[in-house]
Amino acid sequence: MNRSHFLAGAAAIIAAAAFPTLAAAQVQIGAIEILSGPAAAYGIAIKAGLDLALDEINQKGVLGGQKIVLTVEDSAGNKDQAINAARKLIGRDKVVLVIGPTLSNEMFAVGPVTNERKIPTVGTSTTAAGITEIGPYIWRTSLPEADVVPVTFKKAQSRGVKTIALMYANDDAFSKSGFDVMKAAAEKLGLKILTIETFGSKDTDFSAQITKIKGLKPDAIGISALVEPVSGVVLQARSLGIPKETLLLGGNGSNSPKLGEIAGAAADGMLVGSPWFIAKPDAMNTGFVTAFTAKYNKAPDQFAAQAYDTMKIVAQTIDRAGAADSEKINAVLGKIDFNGVMGPFKFTAGRDPASSDGVVVLEMRGGKFGIAQ
Amino acid sequence: MLAQQLTNGVLLGSTYALFALGFTLMFGVLRVVNLTYGFYFSAGAFVALFLTRNVGWPIWAALPAAAVAVGAIAVVLDWLLLARLRRINAPELSSLMVTLGAVLALYAGMTAWLGPDIRRLPAEVLGGEAMIFGPLRITNAQILVLIATGVMVTALLALMRLTPIGLALRAMAENPDAAGLMGINTGRLAALVSFICGTLAGAGGVLIGLNFNAIQPYMGEAMMLRGFVVIIIGGLGDIRGALIAGVLLGVIEVLTAGYVSSGLKEAVAFAILVVVLWTRPSGLFGRTQIRRA
Repeated sequence: MNRSHFLAGAAAIIAAAAFPTLAAAQVQIGAIEILSGPAAAYGIAIKAGLDLALDEINQKGVLGGQKIVLTVEDSAGNKDQAINAARKLIGRDKVVLVIGPTLSNEMFAVGPVTNERKIPTVGTSTTAAGITEIGPYIWRTSLPEADVVPVTFKKAQSRGVKTIALMYANDDAFSKSGFDVMKAAAEKLGLKILTIETFGSKDTDFSAQITKIKGLKPDAIGISALVEPVSGVVLQARSLGIPKETLLLGGNGSNSPKLGEIAGAAADGMLVGSPWFIAKPDAMNTGFVTAFTAKYNKAPDQFAAQAYDTMKIVAQTIDRAGAADSEKINAVLGKIDFNGVMGPFKFTAGRDPASSDGVVVLEMRGGKFGIAQ
Repeated sequence: MLAQQLTNGVLLGSTYALFALGFTLMFGVLRVVNLTYGFYFSAGAFVALFLTRNVGWPIWAALPAAAVAVGAIAVVLDWLLLARLRRINAPELSSLMVTLGAVLALYAGMTAWLGPDIRRLPAEVLGGEAMIFGPLRITNAQILVLIATGVMVTALLALMRLTPIGLALRAMAENPDAAGLMGINTGRLAALVSFICGTLAGAGGVLIGLNFNAIQPYMGEAMMLRGFVVIIIGGLGDIRGALIAGVLLGVIEVLTAGYVSSGLKEAVAFAILVVVLWTRPSGLFGRTQIRRA
């Protein structure tokens, strides 16, 4: 390279850096995810799902060929850092939309900030109650547990379940809120609740509660707790002689491969609802799993799937809005009718997912989850 | 159903007694509340997990091996943490604080090394369907817990009452200085007591891990609170008292959960502790000012 070429090249680089608008028009969006610290696994899965969707979107681009540029900021699971990330994305990167943050309590911190700045914010993994009530710019694509459990219970009812016993860990907010959902679902479906038993989430002995339940002969037992006590309950239920015909129903906490590892064959037949399942046979899902595995050399999880769909929803929204403009995007989001790896998707008027049609009921067989027939 | 609930209670109570045996012996003879005891329990379960899962030993070999290994760990920990305090006649509170700090460090280290996940011994080491006796269902693991608890209590009582070592231990429990003057090697006896307690705790960890399928580093900590209740109700240092109090606590917990409310099971158990201490400050079976072992 001779000297004049070098200078010209350098000038071009400086110009491009100083005046990004001179380059082809781009749509700036941001994401706030946990990329470091103990909960980093969630954020990393989400980022992987977003990036994969972005690769596919940017082959054609949006708004007639513009590329979407995604800036992902790390919140480290820290509310203050998440708020700073939001300010940085809005102020410096001029994003028109924010995806995330990862955790519900981060959203409760970030939501009020982005809502005030009128930047549409779409949570992909925030399942707590009250998220979208933060304001008219706060959306989420993740199904709250209240939408997943009723699908499981409906499946149980279709198998002839009329009476149910409920068990939950009463020293843990997650397990308690899961139980509230189970109780409401049972009442709504007209299942007769024979008894409600509690235990501590660190307990290892559940024999008294199970013996009592056995005497009541329910058609099903619903258990809301983290996977460790659930495994213990399941093992002891079988050794105390709860018959195989009594269906075991789990909540979100039971949706873990750990259940099969610990409880083994004792958990066979247990039903657990999940917003997504890797082995869902539709072409959209198998295509996603293949592409994800090829890009990252590992299988996707539920968080990656939710993020993948969300990025596609966002791209479709920007296209339909006709401009990279936050106000227009926010107006169009509510009208989106999308079909993705999680199933058909629409928002309610309250900016939550409208349908739980994508929920898959899983059944334990030989220590592994499969799709319940 | 009552028969099954009573069986559940006795089985749960046996696990409490099994846990409390070594704990109460340690207090009875060495006069220390050694909180590292809970760690021995977790260590026993993990040694057995390693031997059965990674080395492929059967449970009848892994159980005694784990017990002896933990006995050795207990001797080392006692020597590291408490021998010096005993020599300088430090107040009881210092040994409590030293072992509290040590056990938290040990649990945290173990979690960092092995992870917080719960594991179980391979199902095939003592699997099989529950046995059915009329209206009762009992698993092999539960029968093993009952037998082991019985054997350990009998062996311990025989050791204390019928052997010269037992006599020396009781002398040491009564007055360590006088025992030393009478020619008893109290240092070596302290190591022996640590070994016995470690063995008991290690075996307890294996059996309870086998019974409840929930082996994880903090499993000893979860048992510690119940262990305290049992040895206090049973009378500190009283082996028979620990057995009776353990079974009693288990039966009360199960009956409360089965017939009153599962949410009240702990409230009732700990309310009983308060009432017992209030009416009998030395425990249900303890006698004031008499040191027993």
